[in-house]
Amino acid sequence: MRFDRTEISLALIAIACVLFGFVSPGWLIFLLTIALSKALVVQGVVMQMRSGLVSFGQGLFYCIGGYTVGMGGQFFGIHDAIAALALGIAVAIVVAMILGLLLTRYRDIFFAMLSLAFSMILFGILVKSQELGSTDGFNVHNWTVFGWAPETGADSQQTVFTMTILAGLVIAIMIHRYTKAGIGVICEAVRENEVRVEYLGLSPRWLLYGNYVAAASVSALGGGLTALATGHVDPEMAYWTTSGEFIFIALLGGLGHVAAPFIAAIVFSVVRTYSIEFVPNTWQMILGFTLLGVIVFLPKGLWSLVSREKSGERT
Amino acid sequence: MTSFLAVLIDGSIYASWLFLVAAGLTVIYGVMRILNMAHGSFYAIGAYSAASLVGWYFNNGIGPAWISYLLLVGAALLAGLIVGVIVERGLLRLMYGRDEILMVIITYALLLILEDTMKIVWGVSPYFAYQPYTELGRTAFGLLKVSNYDLALVGVSCLLGLGLWAWLERTNQGKVLRAVIHDREIAVAMGVNVRLMFTITFVMGTTLGALAGALTAPAISVVPGIGIEVIVLAFAVVVIGGLGSIGGAAVGALLVGLSRAAAVHYAPEFELFVIYGVMSLVLAFRPEGLFGRTMARKI
Repeated sequence: MRFDRTEISLALIAIACVLFGFVSPGWLIFLLTIALSKALVVQGVVMQMRSGLVSFGQGLFYCIGGYTVGMGGQFFGIHDAIAALALGIAVAIVVAMILGLLLTRYRDIFFAMLSLAFSMILFGILVKSQELGSTDGFNVHNWTVFGWAPETGADSQQTVFTMTILAGLVIAIMIHRYTKAGIGVICEAVRENEVRVEYLGLSPRWLLYGNYVAAASVSALGGGLTALATGHVDPEMAYWTTSGEFIFIALLGGLGHVAAPFIAAIVFSVVRTYSIEFVPNTWQMILGFTLLGVIVFLPKGLWSLVSREKSGERT
Repeated sequence: MTSFLAVLIDGSIYASWLFLVAAGLTVIYGVMRILNMAHGSFYAIGAYSAASLVGWYFNNGIGPAWISYLLLVGAALLAGLIVGVIVERGLLRLMYGRDEILMVIITYALLLILEDTMKIVWGVSPYFAYQPYTELGRTAFGLLKVSNYDLALVGVSCLLGLGLWAWLERTNQGKVLRAVIHDREIAVAMGVNVRLMFTITFVMGTTLGALAGALTAPAISVVPGIGIEVIVLAFAVVVIGGLGSIGGAAVGALLVGLSRAAAVHYAPEFELFVIYGVMSLVLAFRPEGLFGRTMARKI
């Protein structure tokens, strides 16, 4: 297996992050863990945006990932974090394979609304289920990694952080290859003109279906890691405003590069942490204006700031 | 039998409320092709304006109670007009011509901005304006006692629906508007001032949203976040009926209203589930909604 420049840089950054994790303060590790695990969910949103679909319900898989990890430990005796994460991905894939059959028939706002409806259905079910703590959700704790039980607090934070970085690296490399491979390129062609893709003898529907399921599994992994990091899950994860947040981060980063969602998620988390601290009642307003600003001035997201510079060098 | 009657009454009340909320949304989409996420905020602004005005009236005034109903409607009209004009002229006008899906995201940004604007203007503590609600008393249907205000809401909703229908189908302006809906370019070529029609439509839509909020305000406590809850319900209703169709919104509202009422009475754990369940079911068989037009695919 050969690695290209992007993949090697990603790996180096990941190693640097893991090392950095041993010396940085706890709050920063926590912030980064949450940001990066959310970035994985955003990767799912971005994968679909590449094919021209905007999911207003990616919270569905985020929530499925989180709840499966939580329930695995709580009810089914799956205490191993890796196994629980894998289970979350598996559940998400099964759900996506079923919903995808219906969803891939829709485009544009209909896809957005229907995906929103599905995540609200999950929200509705979770809110009404007393066993799962209704609106309060429940705690996720006492997990192990390969039989080793990290102590609650700094120790487990460190572990989740490392796991998130590694998962992020693996997923980033996979997505990077995916977008460069045939299917990824055709997904973009579907966004540009679906009918022509059909004329080329391909089935856009099955492409979108595969893409949807893949995106769901990535998002579920992000949800599972978030559950481990925060030690808590609640139905809010499936609420549509959560999905709105993912779209925000996706647009902020742009579709230009696999690293963009990670950067955008970190920017988002840092800005959010400080604005909630200093201007709690205008936080959403800042978000709104930023979103408008991004749409008008940076339609290709933050990443275009970097790539524009690069293309300038070449000419 | 009583519970069946209860489902019927609750269902119609809920349906008429849903129709009030969804009407503005569907009007805006029908003409402008904008699925307006900020519609819930217009609803909330209407509720806040009405609640603060009516609350002020009852705290200070010794005037008769019937004036408060005028104040409710007046507050909504004023709020809808102001916000509608500002938003359309100040923001949306600059964004026309973009992708439908991008417009959804733009109005989502607008929603975020308006949510906090409301917090700044009205604070975060709840507002109450229960007087118009309690003033009307109750009517007994057998064992059931139903608030007259809620029953009046059904009437208002029906009137509003009929009014909208008459405006679109029976007036000159409605005819022009339908021309815009049918084919924007040809309408422009025929000398229709589409920009003006857009402004009128948008202000109309915001006012309808604000009116829905104002009429709901007496029945609830007005707190931050009510718009966020409402918008997805309104989406469900208009998507079921077919985006842009007023008749569709009415049918969608009835369908959702009755099924939710049935769920509340017979299987309360499915209350939220049923709304989106109905929506998914309808879309599975009629992707454009019950009354939506099927579009030809463009190459």
